[in-house]
Amino acid sequence: MTASSSAHSGTDFNRILIDVALTALIAFAILGPIVGLKTEAPQGGLVLQQRWGWVASFVAIIAAGRLALHLLVWNRPSWVTPQHVKRWGWSAMAVGVAAFVIGLITTDSPLGFLAQIHAQLPAWFVAFGVFAFLAGAWLAYSAASETVEGKAAQSGFVQAVEPYGKYFGVALLVIGVLLPFIPGVDRRIVDLGILMLTYVMLGWGLNIVVGLAGLLDLGYVAFYAVGAYSYALLATIYFPLWFGDGITPWSFWLVLPLAGLLAGLWGIILGFPVLRLRGDYLAIVTLAFGEIIRVILINWYDFTNGPNGISDIPRPSFFGIPFTNDENGFAATFGLSYSPIQRIIFLYYVILVLALITNFVTMRLRRLPIGRAWEALREDEIACRSLGINTTNTKLTAFAIGAMFGGFAGSFFATRQGFVSPESFVFMESAIILAIVVLGGLGSQIGVVIAAIVVIGAFELFRELAFLKAIMPDGFDPAQYRMLAVGIAMVLIMRWRPRGLVTKRDPSIFLKEKKAVSADLVAQGHG
Amino acid sequence: MEYFLEQLINGITLGSIYGLIAIGYTMVYGIIGMINFAHGDIFMVGAFISLIAILAIGLTASASFALLLLALLLVLAIAMILASAYNWTVERVAYRPLRGSFRLAPLISAIGMSIVLQEFVRIAQGGRPKPMPALISGGVDLVHTTTAQGEFVVRLSTMQIIIIVTTLALMALFTALITRTSLGRAQRSCEQDMKMASLLGIDVNKTISITFIMGASLAAVAGLMFFLRYGVIDFYIGFLAGVKAFTAAVLGGIGSIPGAMLGGLVMGLIEVFWSAYFSVEYKDVASFAMLAVVLIFLPQGLLGKPEVEKV
Repeated sequence: MTASSSAHSGTDFNRILIDVALTALIAFAILGPIVGLKTEAPQGGLVLQQRWGWVASFVAIIAAGRLALHLLVWNRPSWVTPQHVKRWGWSAMAVGVAAFVIGLITTDSPLGFLAQIHAQLPAWFVAFGVFAFLAGAWLAYSAASETVEGKAAQSGFVQAVEPYGKYFGVALLVIGVLLPFIPGVDRRIVDLGILMLTYVMLGWGLNIVVGLAGLLDLGYVAFYAVGAYSYALLATIYFPLWFGDGITPWSFWLVLPLAGLLAGLWGIILGFPVLRLRGDYLAIVTLAFGEIIRVILINWYDFTNGPNGISDIPRPSFFGIPFTNDENGFAATFGLSYSPIQRIIFLYYVILVLALITNFVTMRLRRLPIGRAWEALREDEIACRSLGINTTNTKLTAFAIGAMFGGFAGSFFATRQGFVSPESFVFMESAIILAIVVLGGLGSQIGVVIAAIVVIGAFELFRELAFLKAIMPDGFDPAQYRMLAVGIAMVLIMRWRPRGLVTKRDPSIFLKEKKAVSADLVAQGHG
Repeated sequence: MEYFLEQLINGITLGSIYGLIAIGYTMVYGIIGMINFAHGDIFMVGAFISLIAILAIGLTASASFALLLLALLLVLAIAMILASAYNWTVERVAYRPLRGSFRLAPLISAIGMSIVLQEFVRIAQGGRPKPMPALISGGVDLVHTTTAQGEFVVRLSTMQIIIIVTTLALMALFTALITRTSLGRAQRSCEQDMKMASLLGIDVNKTISITFIMGASLAAVAGLMFFLRYGVIDFYIGFLAGVKAFTAAVLGGIGSIPGAMLGGLVMGLIEVFWSAYFSVEYKDVASFAMLAVVLIFLPQGLLGKPEVEKV
């Protein structure tokens, strides 16, 4: 679909109208039955509730959007130039910012003149502002990419920012270390930090399997589950059984290596059957193995307590000193006044250290022969074999080490939550972790961090979208739409940036000088 | 013996449903070399559309049998058309732009579309299971034995007969379509070498779209059958059915339609016999373990050709 500058703008317009009409028809076919006729069971039997208003608005939005795309991007009338579109894009952004600001300052303030007209109006302004800003930004960006000056400006911007790229990781690390002590950071933000760091660690673990060794693993959540359940079972049942109750404050530190070992073992067990599989087949089998673990966890009631899960999991202690409010607690020992946030901050630093250990081990392994074998396996397995590299051992090592870090993260998850159940280990988790790894860019460590922050941050952001709550009818809960947004984002990001956010990779070994290569040159691996 | 016979009938019925979905997987994999992760959810959407259509028409079990069949045919047609719209859109939005790019991108995109479909139906229709009383009842008693504990009847219900007959008819239709029409030829040539096919004048985009539409129609049929047989659906049935149907497609030999149907039957029989004779909770484990076993020992499937890897 190219921008056609034909002299027959009459027929062009006809074609555009037919295309928009077809789009509206298909949108109606898709949205009509499922959205328009909702099945409800008021008294037990199913009846249909009609919601054609929603269908009409959605179809209208889709048709209008398609028409706008045609007119502004694909089949522009000849008098519309990229500069025009760019200017409109910028003005839309400006209007969006203005509306957003007006909406915000009139919401609950003495300047509430908008609210006097209609109670919902400020929220509508905010929503319109966001939408106009995003649409304008996209228009301006796509129009700028079309002109030579625009492209030059973009690459100029990229080149100016690049030398500071390596400081970005350092900056993130500093922020990460200091986060609990930044003024204004409360318990919620530290909790969010813990969640993000858990996913960063999981992403780094999966990065070993998918990014470095090129093995498509869709069942990574199984290792997470094995780590969590081994910690839960060992700490609540078996360690007190074998060593007495005094072991409980130390249980986290003692069980952590065991959990990693067990997860690594399961990684090897998983690895054996899939040695000969490639690509999509490997993905499906690992998905199936992940589901097998979940089904076993739900159904093996005697061992894992089934769907009820395991609760009362001991919390970690500060190397033997518990975080309680008595004389031998952490606060009393160090002369501080007791506050529940001390345990949270300790958990935060535990996961930070665990994640940094993952990163450190990965970076060192990349320089060892095994790491180079992983990357060779990803690039070309047959060449690997013909060079004498034992691909079986290489694959099993990748699975085992990736699984081990997943197991560590699982133990941490169990101790932080205090409760594990099979519900936390569904396929969706694997999909999100894989999305984080692919979005960050396969094999790129800093990319995984950025992607985890973006994905988890956006996830949590959904709870905060108060303005959406105000403009939609009652009962609209933005948190319900999080997974839908994740799915849409996965599709859109693959169209925009299939190689991930970070587009440069540092090679592990080099002949003369270390030059970063483009991510396009890194193979995606077939398993 | 009677128990075995009853489970055999159940297994064949379930297997037919899996087979119909598996054909969709195998056709898409054959032509673009990619698993359509969202296909299982198209099956789920087909089931929901059938439910809504049945409710909209106001069909109840008290109608006469001929009227029921006619109305169900109408519902079938509606479900097939609308499910095709879904799959066509999925292909246009998520797969076509990524054709020829980096291999993981269509996979992530497919998983994303699967999530979108599930969540879309969950949000629009509610997360609770939707039950409906059986529309078609009655059947044929095959074996009637009286033992010391009481009577045992092996019954072939009308619904099961309908499912098996419809599946056989559709399979014959689609096999004829693939082997005897120019559309089928175009599909087979795209499977073998897409570039060459387009050089010879075949519209590859259109052929791929039609493949997706055909797969979706079969999944919609499977959805309607599933709903009529089991009487309750929810937004999550697509995921499990999808993985099992893909296993069936692989078991039968990916790219082969009779293989997909055969694989579906085998999967259905395994699942039913495992739940009947061993344990119901672990039937999914049995199906997934079957997948692993098939891929390790027989990667080309039962009816497939062994793939020679060119270096």
